[in-house]
Amino acid sequence: MLKTRIIPCLDVKDGRVVKGVRFEGLRDAGDPVEAAKVYDAAGADELCFLDITASREARGTLLDIVSRTAEACFMPLTVGGGVRTVEDVRALLLAGADKVAVNTAAVKDPDLVARAAEKFGAQCIVVAIDAKRVSGAGEPARWEIFTHGGRDSTGIDAVAFARLVAEKGAGELLVTSMDKDGTRSGYDLALTRAISDAVSVPVIASGGVGGLDDLVAGVAEGGASAVLAASIFHFGQATIAEAKAHMAAAGLAMRLDGPASSARTPL
Amino acid sequence: MSTETVAIIDYGSGNLHSAAKAFERAARESGRDTRICLTSDPDVVAAADRLVLPGVGAYADCRRGLDAVPGMVEAMIQVAQVAGRPFLGICVGMQLLASRGLEYETTPGLGWIPGDVAPIQPSDPALKIPHMGWNTLRVARDHALLAGIPTGADGLHAYFVHSFALAAERPEDLVAQAEYGGSVTAMVARGNIAGTQFHPEKSQRLGLALIANFLNWRP
Repeated sequence: MLKTRIIPCLDVKDGRVVKGVRFEGLRDAGDPVEAAKVYDAAGADELCFLDITASREARGTLLDIVSRTAEACFMPLTVGGGVRTVEDVRALLLAGADKVAVNTAAVKDPDLVARAAEKFGAQCIVVAIDAKRVSGAGEPARWEIFTHGGRDSTGIDAVAFARLVAEKGAGELLVTSMDKDGTRSGYDLALTRAISDAVSVPVIASGGVGGLDDLVAGVAEGGASAVLAASIFHFGQATIAEAKAHMAAAGLAMRLDGPASSARTPL
Repeated sequence: MSTETVAIIDYGSGNLHSAAKAFERAARESGRDTRICLTSDPDVVAAADRLVLPGVGAYADCRRGLDAVPGMVEAMIQVAQVAGRPFLGICVGMQLLASRGLEYETTPGLGWIPGDVAPIQPSDPALKIPHMGWNTLRVARDHALLAGIPTGADGLHAYFVHSFALAAERPEDLVAQAEYGGSVTAMVARGNIAGTQFHPEKSQRLGLALIANFLNWRP
């Protein structure tokens, strides 16, 4: 049986792990490669690196960090941030990323998703959707895509965009609520559910986790195949094992293989 | 015991460094004197003691990549079919063992494990495609590559990411399946040829243990 994935996300800036509060007020939480090794050993199901400065300040992505992580961690790694072209995708895959997340560039040019998926396979193309609720109180819920770390409105409907990029060949969608990100008040479950119901590819819930019940809700109510979180893991509020035990106790199918990545570990 | 060479075939199907590192680590941890070699040179492939064919992306693309290296398929046939040395295909590298792939267009495979590679069609329409993530293995028959690895619903997990699967024509070629709205082929083998749909190099404990078993395999 396929298990729900827990994905710790490392926001990276200038080669260091940070966690933005609504993408502002950055805090330094260490070396990404060391953090990745810790999460590998802790039994995280995948890892995600997001270079949060890339699309704003036109920085390249952190190929060296990706390559050193891929050499040490034998688990799936998604990398995003500042990916604009098929060549950017190729460079990250060659550095050792298993999946590449495309955000702003896919909004500007949805055909980039198609070109990248045709070249490298849909399985490695993730589209990162940053959405904000734009409907008023009493109106049917509606969300729009925002780019550049949530600053720029595009007027594009988030659910329609999710359908479009899934048709173009995205293998997975990383759905982040810009209203919730950094608030620790839980995922935007209505947004997660609306997109999960609209597409046939897996959806990762992201943005706003404050406690372990939020992870459960992302799957049980949001319909997500995977849950992404940062602060609660980075700052020691919960371990991966505690999160998995909590989700399993809530009736979700989790991978409880225990400590990872050694052929010598007694089986 | 003399040093063995394991050739991981590089034919432009994506990053293979992490695969090479996983094989190096499994060799080191199982105390084997093994040289892991990433290569696109058919002569190196032909001389290898063990072969690994990885593969990521679309079936037809991978087949074209393999054919684009002059002499590569012949070298693989020499090692796997004539000399009978251990051969492991991973993901699309495993699917290429089939007779043909039906992704986008019909593409001939190597035909070593007869059968077609066709879209996964889960009985439950709510199940997402690709089949992406960690799943357990249901073993159809014992195999040396799974020796000592806990399998079944309470066993270790393997990492899958694929939308197509190999349906082997000969039931005896099937080694393990995963449950995903029906049975999905997870591992096939015949003689010295084996293939995993999942990624051992991404599957942490199960993966490193399977790779160590491959390095010790005497089919």
